[in-house]
Amino acid sequence: MNPFDFLTQTLRIAIPYLFAASGGVIAERAGIISLSLEGYMLTGAFSATLGTFYSGSPWIGLLCGILGGLVFGLIHALATIRYRADQVVVGIAINLLAIGVTRFFLQLAFESSSNSPRIEGFGASAAARGFDNPLLWMGLLSAPVLAFFLYKTRYGLRVRAVGEHPDAAASVGISVARIRYLSVALSGMLAALGGVFLALDQHQFTDQMTAGRGFIAVAAVIFGRWDPVRAALACLLFAAAETLQIQLQGTEVIASQFVSMIPYVLTIIALAGVVGRAVPPAALGKTGE
Amino acid sequence: MRKLLIVAVALLVVHAALLFAGGRGVTESARPGATDVGIVLDVGGRGDKSFNDGAYAGADSATRILGPNIRFIEPGEGSDREAGLRLLAAEEMDLVIGVGFIFSDDITNLAKEYPAISFACVDYALSVDDKGNVIPPPPNVAALKFREEEGSFLVGALAALVGKSKKVGFVGGMDIPLIHKFEAGYRAGVKHVCPDCTVVAQYAGVTPEAFKNPGKGKELALSQYQSGVNVIFHASGSTGQGVFEAARATRKLAIGVDADQADEAPGFVLTSMVKGVDAAVFDAIQRVQNKTFAGGIYSFGLKEGGVGYIYDEKNKHLIPDDVHARVEQLEQEIIAGRIKVPSTR
Repeated sequence: MNPFDFLTQTLRIAIPYLFAASGGVIAERAGIISLSLEGYMLTGAFSATLGTFYSGSPWIGLLCGILGGLVFGLIHALATIRYRADQVVVGIAINLLAIGVTRFFLQLAFESSSNSPRIEGFGASAAARGFDNPLLWMGLLSAPVLAFFLYKTRYGLRVRAVGEHPDAAASVGISVARIRYLSVALSGMLAALGGVFLALDQHQFTDQMTAGRGFIAVAAVIFGRWDPVRAALACLLFAAAETLQIQLQGTEVIASQFVSMIPYVLTIIALAGVVGRAVPPAALGKTGE
Repeated sequence: MRKLLIVAVALLVVHAALLFAGGRGVTESARPGATDVGIVLDVGGRGDKSFNDGAYAGADSATRILGPNIRFIEPGEGSDREAGLRLLAAEEMDLVIGVGFIFSDDITNLAKEYPAISFACVDYALSVDDKGNVIPPPPNVAALKFREEEGSFLVGALAALVGKSKKVGFVGGMDIPLIHKFEAGYRAGVKHVCPDCTVVAQYAGVTPEAFKNPGKGKELALSQYQSGVNVIFHASGSTGQGVFEAARATRKLAIGVDADQADEAPGFVLTSMVKGVDAAVFDAIQRVQNKTFAGGIYSFGLKEGGVGYIYDEKNKHLIPDDVHARVEQLEQEIIAGRIKVPSTR
């Protein structure tokens, strides 16, 4: 196994995590728990497939995917911000809803509850190792751009203020609800891009094709202590563990099941406070009162 | 708090409604007096171009030829499977079929609760008691089992003879004994024609999600192709779509499973190891109709035409004549019992 193949495979596996984790960071920094990343990704993957299938252009598909994530983000925002529903419950409901909705329309559009037909996509040649896929570059850039946005812009300051101390933010005239709507909408669109990457790389939508990647992204957000760059590094670490697991399978060096546990063990360790303290945004999950 | 409840309930209702929306229009105008058959499909559902479509095709031809009333249920999440079976049993169907090993335990339990109803389970997994003895299925359960290892043996030989790189690949879905059967047969087939070949066998995961993770399938296949493998056999449901995608990208060969998957990546599918789920389902329905249904283990292999491999106009150009002749000869030897194919790793 040469290091170049290892690196490129790690990056390809990391892209969906990177998008979803960025989405998770922005929503959670604004104080909304983001368990719904899996649902956004699945919706993004499906909308992108529909868009590409009917237009023949993956770029239109990409836009449709973002739109799908936006719609689900807004549903999430409406339930948690306007109606102050429990954020964990809504997050789980959104994930279940995404599974049902995508399957329903999969059957309606393609008369299959399993796969869509083959669609156009990005990244056709194996020699390019995935680097001919524009979404790969967008995924790599998502964390630095988000970090700039959160820490260097006035708007980013507001997002952080709303997530830490909404009352103080409101007292200086910031509309807490509006900032949270925007953040959750952005979260939906970003996470959806992770699903778009999967669908366009695969040239097809498959029922529940995100296969739990959204939850790994949630773990990466926590492991990265709600910081976009650290969360991105966590994504890369988890992806490297997955690559290692793929490479080690079938060899007798070390049980591959052991390697595949790494991300989860690390997350538990991080949550238990062994590696620094994992302190969530102070107002996270507290729209109820 | 009330608002929370309203939102949660509303979302759950929509979810439940969408889950069962899949069943729309499948009750084909009920004819009184005809045999009632209920079928619960596995993950993947109709349109998976594999296993579930096989069961659907078998039921479809039964409808045309034998005329039973057939009702399909496609469960969404895992817990819906048992509910689907129970619903059909409670409606007093004459025959309830579960398509997939995952139904084994639920069917065993339900069959004891509804002794008057006949059950059939495709790929039924026999359970084993404390002492390691096989527990037979209840008397009203027909366990439809396939000797996948025999078909896998043939495609293994084919892969080794066509691949020419001393290294052949295998991608499995969930890491379970059912899929190990495919691997074991494949391995034996490879070794039979090429003793110094190595088989790289990898699995997509340890949960049922491993059968629907094409992203993982593609990465597994890419790393195998990069390591010098020229042919990969997949037994991994929708995950295999990723294997075909990798075959297209690297311009190498893949072998399909359960049904003829040549159209998934035209020109890159060497062959498919097919499983006669359709014939087995048809047979079970026919037995109930003729009142000759009996519980027990039904095993389908090369001899019964229950498994096999595809050789037709679409893939003839990929398989040299002498290779085809060799594989045909191996098939005869297995049928005659001269070659014993292992079913465990």
